[in-house]
Formats: sequence, structure tokens, C-alpha cells
Amino acid sequence: MAEPLLELRRLNKSFGGLRVTEDVSLTLEAGEIHALIGPNGAGKTTLIQQISGALAPDSGEIRFLGEDVTRLSMARRARRGLARSFQITSVIPSFTALENAALAVQAQSGSSFRFFRPAAREAALNEAAMAALAEVGLAPRADAPAAALSHGERRQLELAIALAMRPRALLLDEPLAGTGPEEAERLIRILRGLGARYGILLVEHDMQAVFALADRVSVLAQGRVIATGSPAGIRADPVVRAAYLGEEEGEG
Amino acid sequence: MTWRDAALPAGVFVALALAPFLGFGQSHSLTLLARAMIFAMAAISLMLLVGGAGLVSLGHAAMLGIGAYAVVVLDHARITEAWMVLPAGVGAAALFALATGAIAIRTSGVHFIMITLAFGQMAFFTASSLALYGGDDGYTLYGRTEIFGARLLEDRLAFHFACLFCLVAAWALVRVLLASRFGRVLRAARENETRVRALGLEPYPYRLAAYVIAGAIGGLAGVLLANATEFVAPAYLAWQRSGDLLFMVILGGLAGPHGALLGALAFVLVEEWLATLTEHWRLIFGPLLILCVLFLRGGIAGLLGRG
Repeated sequence: MAEPLLELRRLNKSFGGLRVTEDVSLTLEAGEIHALIGPNGAGKTTLIQQISGALAPDSGEIRFLGEDVTRLSMARRARRGLARSFQITSVIPSFTALENAALAVQAQSGSSFRFFRPAAREAALNEAAMAALAEVGLAPRADAPAAALSHGERRQLELAIALAMRPRALLLDEPLAGTGPEEAERLIRILRGLGARYGILLVEHDMQAVFALADRVSVLAQGRVIATGSPAGIRADPVVRAAYLGEEEGEG
Repeated sequence: MTWRDAALPAGVFVALALAPFLGFGQSHSLTLLARAMIFAMAAISLMLLVGGAGLVSLGHAAMLGIGAYAVVVLDHARITEAWMVLPAGVGAAALFALATGAIAIRTSGVHFIMITLAFGQMAFFTASSLALYGGDDGYTLYGRTEIFGARLLEDRLAFHFACLFCLVAAWALVRVLLASRFGRVLRAARENETRVRALGLEPYPYRLAAYVIAGAIGGLAGVLLANATEFVAPAYLAWQRSGDLLFMVILGGLAGPHGALLGALAFVLVEEWLATLTEHWRLIFGPLLILCVLFLRGGIAGLLGRG
């Protein structure tokens, strides 16, 4: 493909005097996992919010599937296939896991201005939702209300919802946040399986996960991309070590 | 559990159908029951907003009032034919809901409550200033709405069943709507709006549609209310009435339209019963309602559903 799946061109965003995104340009190719790392406050989540449409950049361009989507609403970007998972789990608590995923399928298939047929009995929605749950290993818990799921299961559901949207690209904001080692391992396995089929822009603090999963890594510090490259290259980069990895080792 | 959800309201509907033949056939009882059923309809439509869409409206009485004033305006022009009165009442309320909802739904939470209250009061003061239709004093109808020239609704029993029919229809409609794709979006957006947006669904048009549908049902209830009392006054649109409706919904429970049904019937009947016991009935009614809110978390429907 000539043009990348997702492309950021010289994105800028300030909150008052604070520049949270400064001249950020990066690309996401189909079938690639591109990890975005950086110390706390580097502007990772702000960047994800601009890509998903929750925040508008001050200047610059966001191109998705070859089109400028900078001015489209979050809902419109989602309908075009840009799915986002949240750093803090965001599901519908009273809906079952299945219904959470079915709502995501519904959003992408036909009008939701249908008033009479019971949505819970639409086989096409339920089957696609079940397939998404199965993909993340949550099928046995399909009928449990989301509020009753464990933290790790909710992270899985968050992922299943993104998959149920039939996305072209996934923006995953710390999918491993708050998971224990076993749950994290399971999610990493799932993500590796997904990487080949979607473009994934992955924000993650867990360095082990990043270096195990990513095809490319970009390092964000104080709103700027200070390096982009292969995991091995990034690990060896002295600038990155100074800005980030050294600090991380110090903490660990 | 679905059969149980339907069994409770079905029992209530059967009881209402049989009531005239089980010693509640005097005109006073029928008037009271008609009033209870009409408010139940209005409460069910409000439940679609509060329980379904999470839109707590404090201006829903305006929908009833506008439906009732549509009857007045046509009555004044000597038009009493149901096929004109009903669409006029329902349509006027729906239009008012569309115009005010388009603005109100851009807000949420307390702001939504305040803006619906403001629109309701605007409607109230407009009705008060309609000198042609009695202004503050209200307007006495020449007669009830006719069906193809026949004065069927003059018969109290016929009117009882007309109200019951509309009530069942309103309950069934709201129930079906909440279970549909449309209702699923409403319910999801009530719990987590950001998630719904991130899925590619903008909640606004769904909420506006719900607001208009609820307004239309409220308008129908207003047409019936005007017919029940054969008198319409601005008090029908007062914010206290909106508060009563909201209370019926919460008293009944937000789990489904049957909650609003039970809440409204309980509210109207207990209010009437207490008024026959003592003239200071408000002193009992007020604390009773507070106790219900404190201790019946799932509302009356929750209490009965558990047992």
C-alpha cells in the first residue's frame, strides 16, 4: 500500500502555555504493531485522544485510510474503522459481556434507528459479538454482566469491544494497565495474534510487553517524538536511554 | 425472568379491566381510575427518558398540558372529532418536544433538569396568558371528544376502556423500544456516553428521538386528561405536576416501564385514599414518599419482583 494506514503530520497541541504535542509525525502501517512509549506526562494519552477524536489538535493533520480525518468527530472516525480502547476500562457495566460486544457490532452494521425488533435476539449481532469474545478468550463469560467481571476480564472485554467494531486500526491505550503477570501474559498472547491482521498503535508502560510485541517503537518525551526505530535500535539509542529507559531502570 | 416482568403489569391491566365490575363501577371510582391510568401513561413516557435515556426531565407536565390545550383550541373552534383531536394533541406535544429537546439535550445532568423546568414554566405562563381560553381560570369543554360523530366517550365505562387501551399500548411501546437497537443505544449512552461515542454512535439523535416519542405519548395522555375532567387549566402544566410525574417514576422503580405503571397507580390511589381519611393528608403523604425513596431502592417494582 502506497499510503500508510494512519499518518500523523506535524501535530501540535497546547494547553495554555504547556505544549503537550509538538510537531509529532508518525505512521502506522497495516499489519504492524507500533508502540508508543515515553515517561509519564510525555503526552501519550493526549496524542491518542487527538487521533481518536476526543481532542482537536491546534494544527497538523491526521490521515486515516488515505483521507484527512482531522476534523471528523470521534463517532465518525470510529465508523470508518478507527477503534480505541481506554486506559481506564470503559464498558457498559449493566450490560453482559456479550451485549457490550453486540453493541459494538450494531454500531458498525446498519442503522441503530430500529425501534421494534428486540436487539438481544438479532442472531447476526450476537454471532459476531461471540466471535470477538472468543478471540480474546472471554466466550465462557459471555453472559456475565460487565460489572461482575474481574479486572483482567474487563481488559479482555475492552479488547473484544474494539475487535467487534471490525476496525482497520486499533488504538490501544495501556491494554495491560493494572493486570497481574498471568493476565498480562495472556493479553500479550492475544495482542500478538491480532497484530498481523490490524494496524495497532500501542501505548504501554510494560517495557517487556512492548519489546516482545512491537515491530517499531516511537519514544515520546515532553510532547516530541525523540526517536523511532526497531525495538533493538531503540533499546540501544543513547538519547532514549537518557530520556526514558534509564529512569525506568532506576525506578524498577 | 422475562415472563415475570410481563406478568406483573399484565396482572395490573387485568385488575383495571375487571375493576368496574368488582364494585368500582360508580362514577367516582371510574373517574379516579381514569385519572390514575392517564398519569400512569404519562409516567411511562417519562420513564423512557429517565430510566431509558438517563434524561431527568422536570418539564414533562408541559407535554400533557399541550395535549390538553390542543383539545381546548379545537373545542373552541367546535372541532371535537377524535381523528382530528388526537393527531393534533399528539402532534403538538411532539413538536414542542422536538423544539425544546433540540436545545435541552445539548446539556446534561442538573443543567438538563433546569432547562426542561424552564421550558415547562414557559409553557405554563403561555397557557396562563391565553385569555381566549380562560387564562388562569381555565376552560370548560363543551363536550368530550367524539368518534366519527358518536359520543362514545361520554359513557364512563367506554372511557375507562379507552384509557386502559391507551395505557397498555403505551406500556407495550416503551417496553419494545427499550429492547430494540434504538433502546440499547439509549441505555448504553446513559451508563457510559464516551464508550458509545467511541463505538461510532452519537447519542444526541437517539436521545432527541426518545424525547419526541415521550412527548407524543405525554400529549396523548393530555388529550385523555382533558376528556376525563372536561376542563383544562394552566395548572396542568405546572412544575409541581412535573415533579409528581418524576416522583411516580422513581417510586415505581427504574427497571422497566412496569415500574412507572405501579408508581403512578400507587401515587394517585394512595393520595386519594389519604385525602378521604384526613384533610391533613399531605402531612402523611410527604413523609410516606420520603420513606419509600429511602428504603425502596428498586422502587415498588423492585419490591414485588423480589417476592
